[in-house]
Amino acid sequence: MIPTDAFLETAATISAIVLLIAMLIVILRAILGPSMADRVLALDLLTTLAIAFVAIVAVLYGQVVYLDVGIALALVGFLATVAFARFIARGGTENARKVEGDD
Amino acid sequence: MIDLLIAFLLLSGSAFALVAAIGIVRMPDLFIRMHAASKAGTLGAGLILLGVAVLANDASVSVRAVIAIVFIMLTAPIAAHLLGRAAYKTGVPLWQKSELDEWNAREEK
Repeated sequence: MIPTDAFLETAATISAIVLLIAMLIVILRAILGPSMADRVLALDLLTTLAIAFVAIVAVLYGQVVYLDVGIALALVGFLATVAFARFIARGGTENARKVEGDD
Repeated sequence: MIDLLIAFLLLSGSAFALVAAIGIVRMPDLFIRMHAASKAGTLGAGLILLGVAVLANDASVSVRAVIAIVFIMLTAPIAAHLLGRAAYKTGVPLWQKSELDEWNAREEK
């Protein structure tokens, strides 16, 4: 499944580079993010972009296994986002401190 | 011809991903940022995976790419909904120029 001609390989390489730039920009939001939800949102988008990047790597190097990595990333990323959302809904780190104080 | 289609899918997918990334940095508040992240980001990844599925020309590979697309399309709205709800409940501020807060309007009635 390696691209048969240089045209497709160039297209795949360009889109991989664009995806890397996009991931760098998203990391900027994860660093800046005023609230914890902003950081979780950036993490969620980062996982989605990583899935796309891994799929392109699978094409470029002809390794089908990378697509399985992408599916596993989708599973883990979804569960992580849901877990973080529930954590925020329960009051995040403030609540954790409160529990420590009650002891 | 099919090469052009694949190149179009890959490049437009990465363009959407870049737009999502720019949106998540430039938009004014969390809830507006979620539009960029969960719509443009999902569409970008979906287009790229679709391009890979067409390019592979092999059933076992294409099915994996399509499964990944279906999974992303199913889970992205759920994750975005949960995150937005949690953020609103814990008082993440809206943009100053927001004109309508439907949740708040409903609870005041």
